[in-house]
Amino acid sequence: MRLLIEQGRVVDPAQGLDRVTDLFIQGGEVVALDTPPEGFTPDRRIDARGHLVLPGLVDLAARLREPGDENKATIASETRAAASGGITTLVCPPDTHPPVDSPAQIELIHRRAKQACGVRVHPLGALTAGLEGRQLSDMAALKRAGAVGMSQALHPVESPMLLRRALEYAASHDLTVFLHPIDHALAGAGCVHEGRVATRLGLPGIPEAAETAALGLLLALAAQTGARIHLCRLSTARGAALVARAAADGLAVTADVCAHQLFLTEADVEDFNALCHVLPPLRTRADRDGLRRAVAEGHIQAICSDHQPHEADAKLAPFPATEAGLSALETLLPLTLRLVEEGVLPLLEAVRRITRGPADILGMPLGTLAPGTRADLILVDPQRPYAPAAERWYSAGHNSPFLHWRFQGRVTHTLSGGRVIHETAGRE
Amino acid sequence: MTAPETAATAAERPSGPLPPSMQFTPEGRLRHLLTIEGLSPERITEILDTAESFVGTNAQTVKKVPLLRGKTVMNLFFEASTRTRTTFELAAKRLSADVLNINISTSSTVKGESLLDTLRNLQAMYVDMFVVRHADSGAAHFIARHVAPHVSVLNAGDGRHAHPTQALLDMFTIRRHKGDFSRLKVAIVGDILHSRVARSQIQALNLLGTGEVRVIGPKTLLPAHVEDLGVRPFHDIRTGLKDVDVIIMLRLQRERMDSGLLPSEHEFFQLWGLNEERLALAAPDAIVMHPGPANRGVEIDSRVADGPRSVILEQVTYGIAVRMAVMSLIVGASVNQGAAQ
Repeated sequence: MRLLIEQGRVVDPAQGLDRVTDLFIQGGEVVALDTPPEGFTPDRRIDARGHLVLPGLVDLAARLREPGDENKATIASETRAAASGGITTLVCPPDTHPPVDSPAQIELIHRRAKQACGVRVHPLGALTAGLEGRQLSDMAALKRAGAVGMSQALHPVESPMLLRRALEYAASHDLTVFLHPIDHALAGAGCVHEGRVATRLGLPGIPEAAETAALGLLLALAAQTGARIHLCRLSTARGAALVARAAADGLAVTADVCAHQLFLTEADVEDFNALCHVLPPLRTRADRDGLRRAVAEGHIQAICSDHQPHEADAKLAPFPATEAGLSALETLLPLTLRLVEEGVLPLLEAVRRITRGPADILGMPLGTLAPGTRADLILVDPQRPYAPAAERWYSAGHNSPFLHWRFQGRVTHTLSGGRVIHETAGRE
Repeated sequence: MTAPETAATAAERPSGPLPPSMQFTPEGRLRHLLTIEGLSPERITEILDTAESFVGTNAQTVKKVPLLRGKTVMNLFFEASTRTRTTFELAAKRLSADVLNINISTSSTVKGESLLDTLRNLQAMYVDMFVVRHADSGAAHFIARHVAPHVSVLNAGDGRHAHPTQALLDMFTIRRHKGDFSRLKVAIVGDILHSRVARSQIQALNLLGTGEVRVIGPKTLLPAHVEDLGVRPFHDIRTGLKDVDVIIMLRLQRERMDSGLLPSEHEFFQLWGLNEERLALAAPDAIVMHPGPANRGVEIDSRVADGPRSVILEQVTYGIAVRMAVMSLIVGASVNQGAAQ
């Protein structure tokens, strides 16, 4: 299959590229930009005039709910949702049921993903056996089976000593460890940010220090062990500042943030809106602005969806009893583009945070349109309005506070390995 | 701000934001009472005035009025409480309603769907009003969002969030003793952090234009940004009580000691307990209130609780009149309307 993407505005931060040109695909790879390789006759042309042509999105955190929670979603349903949202590669955390702590779980996820629509799925392995935080997992075996890193997801590790050992052991296998900076003792039974809204609504709060205290420990251990740590889901301005300072000190840490943390705040929880029940919690406007700054300045290298699809019942309870998380694959790109609209960062940098930025964290040659790389790319009509509520929603989880938002810009085509895996129908 | 919701979107977003008008019917009558927030000072005054008319009823030999005849009130308690349930039960019975008491331990409804199931099952029995107590903040809002259009919800306490009828009966008691709120200094003492009573009291006091509302307690028992609620925080009870006209003591739960919020009940009493010596710092005619049940020797000395300045038992008596007022304004709205015409 030879494919010609004609006259799109090709934006590829990895190459510093932003210009209207042709893009040539053959054998599942990008083979050339600007001028066709010798003897190239396309089997299909896609007219990309007026469209953005971007590398396929790389999402560092998407729960696919398989195995174990198929009542919420499946790998098939969620990879389909990812494709419609322009995501061609996603990383799934190990907190499935059972957790991803054996090669068999990884093989199962790979197998299911292969049967699905063509989005590439990379599991993280559990850092500790059963995610119980007491004993190291078989990291080498997990890596051999295809784990792209190790993670403890939202589960605590028994002691800083065990965490240190886990980091050292992971580093011996050249594995990046994905860690959530949460001090579980300080977070307690909290379900919202410990601030004005928690006080008014009488909801148990999670203090800022639950994040900053944990960051202090993780940064100290990163310096001590030399392990490669990726900090997941920052939620506070002070936390982002700590990470920036550590990077300035030469520490090899990277960080990400959920797209929703760049838009929503504790105020969105007003009136017990369970759709805004997320962990880490939505914090203050100052935190949101601090996170935006850290994204703009590159101290946060990746924006992820932190996709957590739920069945309707999971949100049908009094606020503290509802399950945390939102269905977010389909709003990752729209929210990131909105950052550009709002002047937070230029398009090239915004695209970097959802393509090459996360790809670099994974150490994978993804998230670029450079000739010789796999043709994972998307076409976006920047003029086309997108109102999720009015269009088809692919994820099995409808738990999104953004359903009634109106966005500008819509994915029209998603290609994985040169194959079109999603096309948005023309507007009715 | 979100766009106005259609029926379809409301179903899609079962826990989405509630319009502030949720407690009222389109005609502006009280439909649910979930929280003091969103009530106008006039509405509170209307409730208190209505309660005045029931105080007389309660003192008569024949205590019943027929305002809720033929209506069914269900006390739905997911958290044990004999006292509060009893006053709601009496209030409903004195309005001639049929009353059912259902106590459901929270453990059997850990999952939200069973709470919803429970609710739908009970609703199928043609109940007119649910009086709900639940350990989770937001539970009354959640239930109000899911009841049938003809059913009203009266919040009898949800988590740490709200306990509106308690606050109203406290306002009633203060008004009876002190009249004009604008000249009053009111101090609420103790565990503000975990108290739904305190939150509702603070809102009501501020809506009624109280001169100054103070909260007194150690930092561990005051929530973050407590001053945003419209109060002046004090850690020292002596300075906090100076010249106040009303002292509201809160109940201290024993489990606060286990979670490291306080060293001991003894120390709490030493530092924040109300005794006669501290009471003397308040205005000479200050009244002492407590939502009950009081821990004598923990937050309040018996000599104060039983002393001449204590209005604790009056609060209990007025509690029935205030709850009758709220119920009659909700379920009996049409009855009153009919009577007025």
